[in-house]
Amino acid sequence: MSLPEPHITAITSGKGGVGKTFIAANLAAALARQGRRVLVLDADLGLANLDVVLNLFPKITLHDVFSGKAVLADAILPAPGGFHVLLAGSGMVEYSRMTPEVREQLQKVIDEVAPQFDHVLLDTGAGISDVVLYTVSLAHEVLIVATPEPTSLTDAYATIKVLATTQGRRVVKLVVNQARRPGEGRTVRQQLQQVLDRYVSPTLDTPVRLDLLGELPSDPAVREAVIKRQLLLEHMPGTPAAIGLVSLATKMIDG
Amino acid sequence: MQGLNPSLLLLRHNKPLLDSCYILLERHRLDQALPPTELRLEVALQLLRQAGVAEPAGVPGSPAWLQGLVDALVDLSSRDPMTGLANRRSFEVALAREIDRVARSGEAALLLVMDIDHFKRVNDTWGHAAGDGVIKAVSGALLECVRPMDLVARTGGEEFAIVLPNCPAAFGETVAERVRRRVEHMPITVAPRQHIQVTVSIGGAYAPQWVRSTTHLWIERADQQLYRAKAQGRNLVSLEPTAVSLVSTEEKRLLFETSQFLDFE
Repeated sequence: MSLPEPHITAITSGKGGVGKTFIAANLAAALARQGRRVLVLDADLGLANLDVVLNLFPKITLHDVFSGKAVLADAILPAPGGFHVLLAGSGMVEYSRMTPEVREQLQKVIDEVAPQFDHVLLDTGAGISDVVLYTVSLAHEVLIVATPEPTSLTDAYATIKVLATTQGRRVVKLVVNQARRPGEGRTVRQQLQQVLDRYVSPTLDTPVRLDLLGELPSDPAVREAVIKRQLLLEHMPGTPAAIGLVSLATKMIDG
Repeated sequence: MQGLNPSLLLLRHNKPLLDSCYILLERHRLDQALPPTELRLEVALQLLRQAGVAEPAGVPGSPAWLQGLVDALVDLSSRDPMTGLANRRSFEVALAREIDRVARSGEAALLLVMDIDHFKRVNDTWGHAAGDGVIKAVSGALLECVRPMDLVARTGGEEFAIVLPNCPAAFGETVAERVRRRVEHMPITVAPRQHIQVTVSIGGAYAPQWVRSTTHLWIERADQQLYRAKAQGRNLVSLEPTAVSLVSTEEKRLLFETSQFLDFE
């Protein structure tokens, strides 16, 4: 796994319902449009819903791979948008806790798929449960999704704090979703950075830095796409949020 | 009572279904020309009398009477006889129901597990009757510390659990501390003019929100925290960390310092 650039990205959020899975799917489509081979792995093992967002009805899932009923290659499915997915599927309740066996299986799956793609996006669960923290630890880089709401920010801050103190993360990327005005992403980043500088970095050997990957404007088209179970990028490419997603992908590729 | 199926707990809330069960049972009895004792009604009534529960109202054998009887038996089989608290079985039923709710609503629900520190010493020093008195006193204290919607259970000898539905992460520590302090400051009479004080160690974990977990895993996580509280010296509360509990008031204040968040106030 010695690739020149970080290519396994964990997409996480402190709080649920901030658009994590929506962003994972559409970011994957945007990266695919720029010629990248992309896999989205549904790593929200307890409550997977990537299949819902993409309107897929998978026959073979990660659950089948874990339980030995299918081989990994058969579980990697093409998704609309020109990328691939590895879906968790139902029956993953037993994996809502990170036992050594689950740990090993997840690690094995990721090691096996990573060389076949330019980007692997891990769509993790929300919060700081051991499953989420473990999944994040498998990624080269972490992308935190937050909305400018106080609860989302508090939870995002807590997540960054835990990642910095327990996993040695020193750079975390931020996407501010549902921005109510242009530039709100920058304000949110500054706000979080200020608290990190004051309360977290002094306890560490080197300070933790939050990079703003971008902001996505609050856009009614997003809701429409989610309800219709469509990719925003495919069906409403000219909308402000879709344009924002394309620029996220560009920034991710340019580093 | 041994054979009382947990599905009866569900039947209890479905009177039409329950009634049809009685009809079926009664038909079966008549078909087989079995004497009424095959339904073990006598045993059931005896159990109730022993527990000090009045015989159900109505005409013996009527559906209403049978319903009353089953209700009384269900109640009896879900309570711990010594303390009147929920027993292990009904505790697990309540926990499963809470997991269902949390998975659908995303509400925060807290499970506290606790046991009395050095309980064996109480028994050894003051005898088993005093030990029973301590258990009853602690049960009473637990009930006084929680809301009516919370379920307090005796899950083992000196072990208790509390299921707190809709308990925001910010309040968990406060509730658990209230319980701990309440027990600590309660004098318990173990012999004439002889009072002792006991303490409890408390562990707690929130149900994983939006996730359909299992009762087993939830209990295990809370138990792990209880071991921590014990290992760190007892008479302590240890809750599994949540995002909210990791952020101090000062950090929050700085996070929301600027005017941009004022419209959320």
